[in-house]
Amino acid sequence: MTETLLEVRNLRVAFHNEDGMLRAVDGVSFGVARGEIVGLVGESGAGKTLTAEAIMRLIRCPPGRISGEVLYRGRDLLALDEAELADIRGKDIAMIFQNPISSLNPVFRVGAQLLEAMTLHLPARRRTLRDRVREIFTHVGIPSAERRAQDYPHQFSGGMCQRAMIGMGIACTPSLLIADEPTTALDVTIQAQILALIRQLAAELGMAVLLVSHDLGIISQMCSRVLVMYAGQIVEEAPMATIFHAPAHPYTRGLMACIPDIEQVPARLGTIAGVMPGLRDLPSGCRFHPRCPIAEPHCAVAEPALRALDVTHRVACHLARRE
Amino acid sequence: MEQPLLDVQQLTKHYPLRAGALHRLLPQRQTPVLRAVDGVSFTMAPGETLGLVGESGCGKTTTGRLILRAIEPTSGSIVFGGQDITALHGPALQPFRRQVQIVFQDPYSSLNPRLTVRQSIGEPMLVHGLASRDEVRHQVNAVLEMVGLSPEYAERYPHEMSGGQRQRVGIARALGVQPQLIVADEAVSALDVSVRAQILNLFVELRQRLGLAYLFISHDLGMVRFISHRVAVMYLGQLVEVGPAAALFASPLHPYAQALLAAIPRIGDGSVSMFDHTERLLAGELPSPIDVPTGCRFYDRCPYRMDRCRQAAPALRAVDAERAVACYLHT
Repeated sequence: MTETLLEVRNLRVAFHNEDGMLRAVDGVSFGVARGEIVGLVGESGAGKTLTAEAIMRLIRCPPGRISGEVLYRGRDLLALDEAELADIRGKDIAMIFQNPISSLNPVFRVGAQLLEAMTLHLPARRRTLRDRVREIFTHVGIPSAERRAQDYPHQFSGGMCQRAMIGMGIACTPSLLIADEPTTALDVTIQAQILALIRQLAAELGMAVLLVSHDLGIISQMCSRVLVMYAGQIVEEAPMATIFHAPAHPYTRGLMACIPDIEQVPARLGTIAGVMPGLRDLPSGCRFHPRCPIAEPHCAVAEPALRALDVTHRVACHLARRE
Repeated sequence: MEQPLLDVQQLTKHYPLRAGALHRLLPQRQTPVLRAVDGVSFTMAPGETLGLVGESGCGKTTTGRLILRAIEPTSGSIVFGGQDITALHGPALQPFRRQVQIVFQDPYSSLNPRLTVRQSIGEPMLVHGLASRDEVRHQVNAVLEMVGLSPEYAERYPHEMSGGQRQRVGIARALGVQPQLIVADEAVSALDVSVRAQILNLFVELRQRLGLAYLFISHDLGMVRFISHRVAVMYLGQLVEVGPAAALFASPLHPYAQALLAAIPRIGDGSVSMFDHTERLLAGELPSPIDVPTGCRFYDRCPYRMDRCRQAAPALRAVDAERAVACYLHT
C-alpha cells in the first residue's frame, strides 16, 4: 500500500445566510497517495472548487463553515492556527487556479512575484534565489527566462501566465499540487502543453496532484484515479479504467454518454434530463434521483452512502451492483 | 450544382490600430493593422452545417459577425441566396436580416433582463412584420414548444431560468423569424456538459425539421465533429483547411489541423496518456495578428516547414472534389 499523503474525512462546507444554511460540500471523503494524480470531476456547482479550497482553508469563515478533517501527513489542517498553516501552504501544498492572468499581481514583475513566494519559505540568500527563479522559468518552459522574469503579467500570454503560476507552485517542491481547472481558460494546443508540463513535473518531483476539472477527457488523460462529484457529494470513486469501462453510478454513465467523441459520432448524444439542483432546493434521498433514469421510489427517501463495490471502487447508489 | 445558400469570397476585415504619439509625428510610417480576417472564402449549401474551428483570436467570431453584416468588411463579398448583400444598407438589408440569425454564447447577457421571454421572442416577429399583435401570442407559444419549453415560460424573465433554458429562449428568438441560416457562435460553450448535450440535440432536431443551415463556430472540436457536415479550420485570420467533417477528422491534411486534433484530450481508460508524448504536441503560441509574416502564417510552429513556405503564403486549393487545404505539402 502506498503512503497516504492527504486524507480528507467527512469534509463539509456550509454557508450561512438569511435563507438558513447551504450545504455546498456535504461529507466528502477521499485520500491522495504520494505521487498520485487524482481527478475530481463534476459540473459547475458540484462543489469541486470549494472542496479544493477547503483543503487549503481558502474559504472565508464566516460566512463559510468548514468541518471534518483534512489530514496532511497525519496533521489536521483544519485544526492548525494561521501561522502553522502558512508554513504548509505554498511549501508543502501548492495551488494553481483557473484564471492565470488574474492570479498574478498586475503591478509587480513576474520574476519578483516568484521570488516573493520563495523568500517566504526558503531560507537562502536573494542572490541564490534569483538564480533559482531563472531555473524555474526555464523548467516550466518560459523562453528567455532572464528577460521574461522582468516582464509584467500583462506582457505574458495566458499560457505563459499559467506556466509562471505553475513555476510559483513548484518553487518550494511541494508534495501536493492542487490544480483547479488549470487549463479551462486556455486554447486546446496550449492546454495540451500545460497539462503535459504538469504531468512531467509530477513525475520528476514525485509530486501528487489533485486535478479539478469539468472535462472528463482531460481527467482520463491525466489521472489514474477519479472522484465524481454531484451536488456537493462524491457519488463515485474508481480507477479511470473502471470509470471508462464499467461506471456504476447512473450520473457517471450519463456524463460519459453526453460527451461527443471525434471518432464515434452518434446521431444523438446521450443526455441527462433536467439540471443539477440548486443548494436551496436539494432533493430528499439521493440527490440525483429526480434526474436518474433508473430511480426507484426508495431513492427519494433514503440517501445512499458511498459504499465499496470492490477494493478500489466506491459508489453512492442504492441500485449499483458489482459487475 | 444547386445554388449555394451562402457564398463568401475573399472576405477581409482589417482593424487599423490607433497609432501612438510617435507615429503621429512620423506620418510617413504606416499605421499598424490588425488582420482579424484576411481573405476568407467558402460556400454553404442550404440546410448544411459548417463548423468553423480555431483557437481564440483566429478570427472565427469576426467571420461570423461579418456574415451577419453586424460589422462592415474591409473587402470581399458576401452573396446570400444569389443576392450580393455586401453593399446593401439600411432598409434594403431587412429581408436578409430576417433570414440570417445569430445565437450567442452567453445565455445570461444575450437576453434583455427587463423583457419577458414573450417580449424577447415576439419583438423580432413584429419588427419583420411576420405576425400581427394578435397572432404573436400564438406564434411565440409555437416556437417555444419547438425548442422544448412549455408556453408557461413565456411570462418569465431570464433570471428565473437556468442557463440551458435561457439558451433555448435564445434559439427560439432566432427561430421566430423563420431564418434559413443561423450563426451559432460558441452557442453551447457556456453550458455544462449534460445541458450542452441537450442543446446540441435540439440543434440537430431543428435542422431536420426546418432544413436550417448552421454556421457553427466553436473551439470545441468534439462538438463540431458531432454537429457539422463540413468543417473549416481557421488560423490567424485565414482558412487553412476545409472538408467533410468525417474525412477531415479522420485524416487532417494541414499541419495545424493535425496538431489541433492531436491536442484534444479524448476520454480513454487512462492506460495511456497523450501527455506523455510531448514531442507530438504543438509548440509555441498563436502569433499576433498584427504584422503577420509574408509567408505561411503557420511557418514558425510548423514541423514540416520548408524554405518555400516563408517566401509566399500557400493559397487554399482543392485537393479533391470536397477537400481544400492551404499547404505546399498538398498542393
